[in-house]
Amino acid sequence: MADSFSLMQEQYAKILQTYLQEKNEIGLYHAQQFSKKVLENQISPEEVVSLHLDAIEKFFPDLPQGARDSFEFLLEVMMGYGMAYREHQSLRDKQKELETEINVAANMQQTFLPKEIPSVDSLDVGVISVPASKMSGDYYHFVKDENNCIGVAIADIIGKGVPAALCMSMIKYAMDSLPEQRLQPGALLENLNRVVEQNVASNMFITMMYGSYDPRVHHFYYSGAGHEPGFYYNYKTDSFEELYAKGLVLGITRDTTFREYHKKVEPGDFIVLLSDGVTECRTDEGFIEREELTRFIHQYKHLPAQEIVNNVFYQLEKLQGFQLRDDFSLIILRRKV
Amino acid sequence: MSVQSNVEVRTEWGIVSARQAGRNLAKEIGFSSVDQARITTAISELARNIYLYAEKGEIIIEAVEEIHSTGVKHGIKITAKDKGPGIKNIRQVMEDGFTTSGGLGAGLPGVKRLMDEFDIDSVAGEGTEITTIKWNS
Ligand SMILES: Nc1ncnc2c1ncn2[C@@H]1O[C@H](COP(=O)(O)OP(=O)(O)OP(=O)(O)O)[C@@H](O)[C@H]1O
Ligand SMILES: [Mg+2]
Repeated sequence: MADSFSLMQEQYAKILQTYLQEKNEIGLYHAQQFSKKVLENQISPEEVVSLHLDAIEKFFPDLPQGARDSFEFLLEVMMGYGMAYREHQSLRDKQKELETEINVAANMQQTFLPKEIPSVDSLDVGVISVPASKMSGDYYHFVKDENNCIGVAIADIIGKGVPAALCMSMIKYAMDSLPEQRLQPGALLENLNRVVEQNVASNMFITMMYGSYDPRVHHFYYSGAGHEPGFYYNYKTDSFEELYAKGLVLGITRDTTFREYHKKVEPGDFIVLLSDGVTECRTDEGFIEREELTRFIHQYKHLPAQEIVNNVFYQLEKLQGFQLRDDFSLIILRRKV
Repeated sequence: MSVQSNVEVRTEWGIVSARQAGRNLAKEIGFSSVDQARITTAISELARNIYLYAEKGEIIIEAVEEIHSTGVKHGIKITAKDKGPGIKNIRQVMEDGFTTSGGLGAGLPGVKRLMDEFDIDSVAGEGTEITTIKWNS
């Protein structure tokens, strides 16, 4: 509860008087504590000047007129601070309001992401997606069709924060409005590219990798739109290779076509999809190397997919001093033995 | 109690006269010296805007009262009137941080916060009228 102004007045007079009598550090310490109280009670600078004048008028009834007048002068000078102080308060309130709005929006955005990952017996899937601030410019999506084929998308909106998040919600909507029947990755990106080209501001770019895993034949088909290459882990040779798909970023030109690639997936092999927040993880020594990332993944490869991505995230977060600079998303799909 | 003073503003002298008239009346009404400083600061800001943007106009200062069940509330009402260029985007100038001076909390939003009531009317090409009241508590 705020103390009443008259209470503050009384208290000020008391501590000032004590100080004037004893002139010691304790008195000044009380003044410092009082200054916190003044702020807590939202007392503006010009009011502090008048507190002071009131107090010394009481102690020194025959204060020279000139000294008294000088306070009028000081009061005027303090008015600028008074106005700045009020602005600060109102900006703080506004910031709180904005923060609340962003929290609501961030919660809403979470609902855009798949609530659960579809499961098929032959696949072990792990996903982690963490925004750098409250809202994310990364997006991922899973679908399972009637043949148990798993479609997986990972997208990265260039830029971050609220604008990227707005753009991300558009991508979500565009993905949902694609034709019902399963599209091949290349065709899907072509469709999406047209939507983005028509609906998203020309200064917003979206990269995406889309893949489809067919568990009947264990083939992974994929296409990419300027997206950060993923990795393919080969169990037999115990090595990583780049999972690269050539293609223009979404939304640049209307009639982009996307080449489709495919891989035969053997037991124990896994596919790693990521957003550039993973590789652009910056430490004091610069960006981490992609090899470093594969080393981390390799270190945890004996664990279930979800635990691999969790652990890799933890390691990279730690490397950056627990401050993410970009939205971070990492997906692993492993063919079970 | 003086009923009303009209001060013409076309020079910095006008700004000072408006402040003076405001201070005199504020004293008469019984405002504390802190409130007096607030009222004159508000007058300064409004008068300077007239001087800078409308070239000339007037500041009207009057005592106002409101009768409540608990008694009579006294206040001071300041009206700044000009036939200058007007303000095109009022909403924008009422936002913090818009002032050209980059003024920390100064300008019209600052005046609004210093006073208890604030009302602005402005038509581009016709002029501006700002009314603001401070009540003596
Ligand atoms: N009487 C007026 N007539 C025309 N335009 C005005 C008038 N008063 C204010 N304005 C316009 O509104 C803007 C904002 O005014 P405000 O007093 O808030 O800030 P400022 O005068 O720009 O800076 P400051 O007052 O902080 O030095 C001014 O820059 C001016 O363009
Ligand atoms: Mg101004």
